[in-house]
Amino acid sequence: MKLHPLIALSCLATAVHAAPETFDFKDPKGVNNAVFKLTAPLETIEGSASGISGTVSFDPENPAATTGKIVVAGKSLTVPNPMQREHMHSAKWLDVAKYPEITFAAESLANVKTETNVTTADVTGIFTLHGVSKKITAPIKLTYLADKLSAERPNLKGDLLVIRASFVINREDFNIQKGQFLDKVANTIDLSLSIAGAAIIK
Amino acid sequence: MKRILQRMAVLVLLAAGITWLVTGANRGWTKTSVVVKTLDPVTEIEGITYQKKFLPGLDFLGGSALVAALLGGTSLFFRKKNQPTQNQKQD
Repeated sequence: MKLHPLIALSCLATAVHAAPETFDFKDPKGVNNAVFKLTAPLETIEGSASGISGTVSFDPENPAATTGKIVVAGKSLTVPNPMQREHMHSAKWLDVAKYPEITFAAESLANVKTETNVTTADVTGIFTLHGVSKKITAPIKLTYLADKLSAERPNLKGDLLVIRASFVINREDFNIQKGQFLDKVANTIDLSLSIAGAAIIK
Repeated sequence: MKRILQRMAVLVLLAAGITWLVTGANRGWTKTSVVVKTLDPVTEIEGITYQKKFLPGLDFLGGSALVAALLGGTSLFFRKKNQPTQNQKQD
């Protein structure tokens, strides 16, 4: 029995379309950011990081199978006060010279709900900070923007994936000044991530 | 000298207070940059950039008050110019 070439081609096209896409989160526009907030005397310290990279494998037909790793360059963490920034990067706090990367490796998604191009879920993965890795679960929102890459980067065709996630960590869990300065720098740190990755179609 | 130091102390306090008020009376820490947020029209991500701007805070006011206190304190080590005494006048 011979398979009609058109049927074979259509099966192949479906298979290609259904395959997961790999989104690269290196952002030439510098829009991607991670924001951190923590309470301190006088005012809440709020800073951000822009040195974001990594890849995520996402299948619009099966968002639950999403996996990937996002990397934040420790040196890109900044706050508006220069002395606080210096302290934050120093060996006493984040020690960015020794631990240059903060990473999150997504392993699985649970409670996945998809409406049109937006998927919400709880992502579980390994968060590594200051050389300490911990498994965490956080709510995540994935927005798939098909064929929108050219709007961001002219001359390129492809899709965009926007990821938004927020979670809370305790600095003591990551051996950052454990038991020290708790009255000056809160143990609890709010983190939020807003990033967009591109899957280029060649 | 005593007068000069006292005037300098007052000047430092005034200059710091006026600078703090004019730049928006920031009741937090001193900042050398401020956050500028821009919305990306495609991804709707709020991009964060920093613009260089000096924004004195309460630590700046405290530091200035300390400098003023030091100047004022130092002025106490200087005596006022001696007024000629009665005996000196008679001489």
